[in-house]
Amino acid sequence: MSRTKSGDPMRQPAAGWLFVTPMIVIVGLFLVVPIFMALWVSVSNWSGRGTPFGGNTQFIGLKNYSDLLTRQGLARQDFMMSLRNTFYYVIGVVPLQTVLALLLAVLVNQKWLKGRTFFRTAFYFPSVVSSVAISLVFLYLFAGSGAVNAMLSWMGVHGPNWFQDPRGLIHLAGDGLGLWDMNKPPSGLADTKIMNLSLWEWVKGPSVAMSAIMFQVIWTTAGTFMLMFLAALQDLPTEVEEAAMVDGANARQRFWNVTVPHLRPTIFLVITLGIIGTWQVFDQMYVMSKGGPAKTTLTPAYLSYQAAFESQKWGRGAAMAFLLFLLIFLMTQAQRWLLRDKDEAAAKKVAKAQAKAAKKAVAA
Amino acid sequence: MSDMAPDAKLVAAETQAVLKTSNAVDGGQVANRSSGTKKALFYTMLVIFALTYIFPFIIQLVTSFKTNSDADKHPLNLVPQPFTTGAIERLFQTNFPMWFFNSVWVAVIVTLARVFFNSMAGYALARLKFRGREALFTAILAVMSVPGIVLLLPKFLALKYFGIYNTPAALVVPLMCDAAGVFIMKQFFESIPPSVEEAARIDGAGTLRTFWSIVLPMAKPALITLTILSFQGSWNELGHFIIATDKENLYTLTRGIASFTTGGLGSGTEFPIKMAGALIMTIPTAIVFIVFQRFFTQGANAGADKG
Repeated sequence: MSRTKSGDPMRQPAAGWLFVTPMIVIVGLFLVVPIFMALWVSVSNWSGRGTPFGGNTQFIGLKNYSDLLTRQGLARQDFMMSLRNTFYYVIGVVPLQTVLALLLAVLVNQKWLKGRTFFRTAFYFPSVVSSVAISLVFLYLFAGSGAVNAMLSWMGVHGPNWFQDPRGLIHLAGDGLGLWDMNKPPSGLADTKIMNLSLWEWVKGPSVAMSAIMFQVIWTTAGTFMLMFLAALQDLPTEVEEAAMVDGANARQRFWNVTVPHLRPTIFLVITLGIIGTWQVFDQMYVMSKGGPAKTTLTPAYLSYQAAFESQKWGRGAAMAFLLFLLIFLMTQAQRWLLRDKDEAAAKKVAKAQAKAAKKAVAA
Repeated sequence: MSDMAPDAKLVAAETQAVLKTSNAVDGGQVANRSSGTKKALFYTMLVIFALTYIFPFIIQLVTSFKTNSDADKHPLNLVPQPFTTGAIERLFQTNFPMWFFNSVWVAVIVTLARVFFNSMAGYALARLKFRGREALFTAILAVMSVPGIVLLLPKFLALKYFGIYNTPAALVVPLMCDAAGVFIMKQFFESIPPSVEEAARIDGAGTLRTFWSIVLPMAKPALITLTILSFQGSWNELGHFIIATDKENLYTLTRGIASFTTGGLGSGTEFPIKMAGALIMTIPTAIVFIVFQRFFTQGANAGADKG
C-alpha cells in the first residue's frame, strides 16, 4: 500500500462517518428506535389514543405475553391457532417449493435444451411480480366458479369453494380413510385440550383455504430458488460428472450420488430461507383471506397486525411480533446447529474412513 | 416474501444467481447423450410446467377484457365474449390512476435514495478506515436479521411519534436505505482492487470527489443490480404502505388494489376489473425485468472481460 506523509490514504475518519450518516439516521430512526418503542408498548396498556410514552399509558409487566402464552382465553386460543396454521403451512410449503425448484433447475439446465432462456424466464417471472397482483389472480383461479374448479370438473371432480372452506386436510383424509367421522370427532381427541385447543383442532392440518394459498406461494417462490440451484448446478465441475459417466453410472445414479451431494449447501440455504420466509407470511392473508374462513388462515404476522391496527390491542400486537421474531430466530439457530452438526459428523466419517484405508494400506 | 428488507443472503444469492445464469447460458454441462425418448420426456415436463406458469397470466390478460358474467361463467374461455374494455374504463374511474401515480413517485424516490445512500455506506464500510467501522458493520448485520414483518408495528409507532404518519414522507423516508443493499454494495467494493482510488487520493482528489467520479462509475454493474432490486422492492411493497398511511390519496397500487378484495368495489365478484388492475400494475415490473435481463448479461460480461 502506498503511503503519503499523512499516512494511509484510506484513513478517513471524517469522510467515513459522513458517508455512513444517511444509513445510520434512516436505519436508526426507522428500525432501531422503533424496536425499542415497540418493546415498551409490548409491556404497556396503550390503547392507541394519544402517545404511548406518558400520559395514560401504564407499565403492566409481561401481561401481554402471558395472555398469549399462559392464560386461558381467546387471545391465547387465537395465537395458538395462528401457530398451528402456520406450522402446517411451513411444513407443506418449504419441502414442496424446494423440490419443485430443484426439479425446474435440473430441467432447465439440460445443455441440449432449446429455448432455455424462455423457460427460465417463465419460471422466474412470478418472483418479480407483486404478491398483491398474484393474490388477485389466484383468488379468481380458485374461486368457486373459477378456472381450477372448471378443470377439475373435466375430470368429474366437484371442486370445493376453496377460500370459503375451513375443513382441515388431515381431518378430511382421516374421514376418507374411515379413521373418524369429521362431524363426530373421537372424544379422546376432542376432549383433550392443550394450550386452549383440543387435540382434534391441533391435528386438523391446513384448511382447504390455506392449501390454495400454499399452492400459490409454492408456485411463486419456486422460481427464485430455481435460480439459486441453477447457479450451483453450473458450478458443478464437468469432469466429475464425466468421470461418473465413464464409471458407468446412469443418469439417476449420477443425480443422487454426484449432483445432490454437490448441491447440499444450496439445499440447506434454500430450506433456511424458506423457513424464515414462510413463518412471516402476511401479504396473502391481508389480500386474500383476512385470516378466514373460521380463522384457519390466521398467521402470527397477520394476527399481530389485526390485534394492533384493528382491535387497538397494541401491547398484544407488539408482544406477538416479538414472539414471532423469537420463534424465527430460534428456528434459524436450530437449523444452523443441525447443519454444523452434520458437516462435522460427515467430516468425522471421512476422517475415520481415511484412517481405516490407511491402516489397510499399511497392513498390505 | 415481499418485505422491503428481505434477507440479505437471499438478495445476494439471488443476484449472483441472476448474473451467473444469464451469463453462462452454454456453461458447463456434460454433452448429453440422452436418447430421443428421454428428451421428449424432458420437453413434455418442461412444457407442462411452463403452461402452469404462463396460464395464470394469460387468464389474467383475457379476463381483463371480459364482462362480469362472462368471467364468472366461462373462467377458462380464452376469447372474451363479448370483448369489452369496460373493466379497464371502470378501473380508471376509481382512484387507480392516483395510486399508480403514487407508486411511480415513491418507487423513483426510494430507488434514487437507496442507490445513493447504500453505495455511500457500502463504500465507507468496505474502504474508508475509521474507528467503529467493524462495530457498525456488526450492528448492520444484526439489524438485517430482524424479519421485516416483525418491524411493521414498530415502524408505525415511530412514524406516529415523529409526526410524519399520513404524510408523503412516511411512504418514502423509512425505505431510503436498507441494510441488505448496503451489504451488497460493501461486498462489491471489496471485490474490486483499491489501487485506482488510492492513486486518485494521492493525486490530491478528495474522498467525495474520488467517490463520485471514480468509484461510482466503476460500480455500474452493482448499481444496476441495486436499482432493479430497489425499484421492484418498493413497487411491490405492501406491508410498509399499510402501516404508513390510512388516507386513500396516499395509497400506492399495492395498497389500493388490495382494497379491491375487501369490498372496495362494492358487492359482486368484479373479477375483470381486479384482473385489469393486477395486470396494469405488473406491466412496469415486467418491463424492468425484460429490459434489465439484458443489462445483467452485459454487466456480468464486462466484469469478466476486465478480469
